[in-house]
Amino acid sequence: MQFEAREHTPVAFLLIVPLVAVLCSMLLASLLIIWAGQSPLQGFALIFKGAFGSSFAITETLAKTTPLIFTGLAAAVAFKAKFWNIGGEGQLYCGALAVTWLGTGIVDLPPILMIPFLILVGMIAGATILMLPVFLKNQLKVDEVVTTLLLNFIILLFVGYCLEGPLKDPMSMGWPQAAPIIDSGIFPTLIERSRLHLGLIFALLAAVIIWAIFRFTLWGFEIRAQGLNATASHHAGINSNWTIFKVALLSGGLAGLAGVSEVAGLKGYLTLDISPGYGYTGIAVAMLANLHPIGVVFSALFLASIFVGADFMGRSIGVPNFIADIMVASSVLCILIGLLLCKYRIRFNSSRLKQVIS
Amino acid sequence: MDILDIFLSASFWAATIRIACPLIFATLGELICERAGVLNLGIEGIMTAGAMAGWMWVYQGGDLIGGIVFAAFIGALFGLLHAQFTVILGVSQHVTGIGITMLASSLSYFVFNMLLPITTTPPKVVPFQTIDAGPLANLPFVGEVFFQHTFFTYLAFALVPMVIYILYKTPLGLALRTAGENPSSLESQGISVFVIRTIAVMFGSSLMAVGGAYLTISAFDAFYFGMINGRGWICIALVIFASWQPGKALLGALLFAGLDAMQVRMQLQLGTFIPYQVFLMLPYLLSIAAMVIVARKAKYPKALLQPFRRGERN
Repeated sequence: MQFEAREHTPVAFLLIVPLVAVLCSMLLASLLIIWAGQSPLQGFALIFKGAFGSSFAITETLAKTTPLIFTGLAAAVAFKAKFWNIGGEGQLYCGALAVTWLGTGIVDLPPILMIPFLILVGMIAGATILMLPVFLKNQLKVDEVVTTLLLNFIILLFVGYCLEGPLKDPMSMGWPQAAPIIDSGIFPTLIERSRLHLGLIFALLAAVIIWAIFRFTLWGFEIRAQGLNATASHHAGINSNWTIFKVALLSGGLAGLAGVSEVAGLKGYLTLDISPGYGYTGIAVAMLANLHPIGVVFSALFLASIFVGADFMGRSIGVPNFIADIMVASSVLCILIGLLLCKYRIRFNSSRLKQVIS
Repeated sequence: MDILDIFLSASFWAATIRIACPLIFATLGELICERAGVLNLGIEGIMTAGAMAGWMWVYQGGDLIGGIVFAAFIGALFGLLHAQFTVILGVSQHVTGIGITMLASSLSYFVFNMLLPITTTPPKVVPFQTIDAGPLANLPFVGEVFFQHTFFTYLAFALVPMVIYILYKTPLGLALRTAGENPSSLESQGISVFVIRTIAVMFGSSLMAVGGAYLTISAFDAFYFGMINGRGWICIALVIFASWQPGKALLGALLFAGLDAMQVRMQLQLGTFIPYQVFLMLPYLLSIAAMVIVARKAKYPKALLQPFRRGERN
């Protein structure tokens, strides 16, 4: 088996690859649904119905898409520079925590100022916590994968402490949850009597902005260069530490925004379960989009529909909803193969074998 | 009771040894993968899968040793999957690892839910029992620290010299280390880098899974969600702390376990003054600290993270 680098990747390839990856993960899911004693066709029909079957379902799916766009962008930005920020989950909670701290009465502004203020606060919080791994990486060469991962656990425990101690809502009847965000800070809903909120618009905006940064700015070029070939970009005079620092600011900020949007948009108050692993799923979102900011929107929508749909299927025919996570994970693995095929042509030539025989 | 009392109590040392075991298995597993040049971020998920598989084997009526073997087998399967991606195809080790972690843990939870749909109280198995060490177990202090453990615990400690022997004294170990330092030179000896790395990742992953199984069939008696709780990531930090040497890995695991056992005991004393979350954070904080201490002089295997492709310059 040999790998031949492709000179050009057909555009069709880049579009087909995610679809094929998704199909493969559906194949695996079918096997599991069959094992659960159900028909896969019915299963997928239920997933689709659960995600898009009614206007309520659609708004639920879009509400779930929102945090995934943010965390997906966070991962995409960082991975583009080969900065392995796996701490999206922790940064999300940092954003959520900061918003809870400043948004529950300490600061009171009219909505037009309050919402941008909370967004800024959440982004700063998410970015700040990522500065520790960045500092350790740039100054002491500590691998960022492990530090960002471990910080997730530390932050979650810290949030747990805050919810039982200083930030606990005295009106919560003993539940570990924080006081609600004041009215002026709550994101307005987009459609009445749904949970769909302004956060989705912000998420779409963020995707376009990130796309523009990558496409049109020198900074975006530096990020891409850093990711493609760190040595070459170093010789071209790009300061890699500085690039990573800026990438981390952006990536952490975006993940923090996911927390803002969940607290100020969806829930209204902070609990320990505002994120069922959005930070980790964001990595899948980014990979499925091949790290393209606009692609992130679509892959976030797709994964959100899988999650919402699988929940529905679980309630209807009793297939455990972990199947959603399995589909997400397997599509990430499949996409890796697909992207390899975009870059290389694999030849199964037998020349080596012939040499051995002769 | 102050810190000195903790050090003088036999139960503290016995607990240290118990807590160290899953870390020893998984750290050695990760170490073997990395020595061959492959970072295995699937560790967290593979440990979960091993914990589930080993427990389920015993719960379904299998014997305990069978549970260990089955967990190792499942771990090796995930290792094979990891190796297909990172060794044969040579795609990103980071993303593959995260993908495997997600896949292995969600599959474990799915299977657990399928086989045991209604679980109000977590079902239990009879775990490994303490080996009867005869009069040794009755020795004061030493008896409780060293001679009141399960077979599984002794297995963990026996593994360390075995891994050292394999890595440094056998041709396979030499090939494995070369695969992680200078793969082309291994290839020029006529040994396939692909085969060696695949073996390493499979063997390493099976050790991780066995480490997970230790939790469910020796330390505790049940499987529950999120029970690995970052132990896998801690092991990756421990590998770096041990600068990729199995002996130091044992030392690191023991040190770490000691601090963990200490933390639990301090919590009892200081729990009223300091929130318990601070104590729970300590293992993660310590792991970061351990990495910071050694980071500057860390000697990574030279070909770590570099896929090997025949005919390409590395």
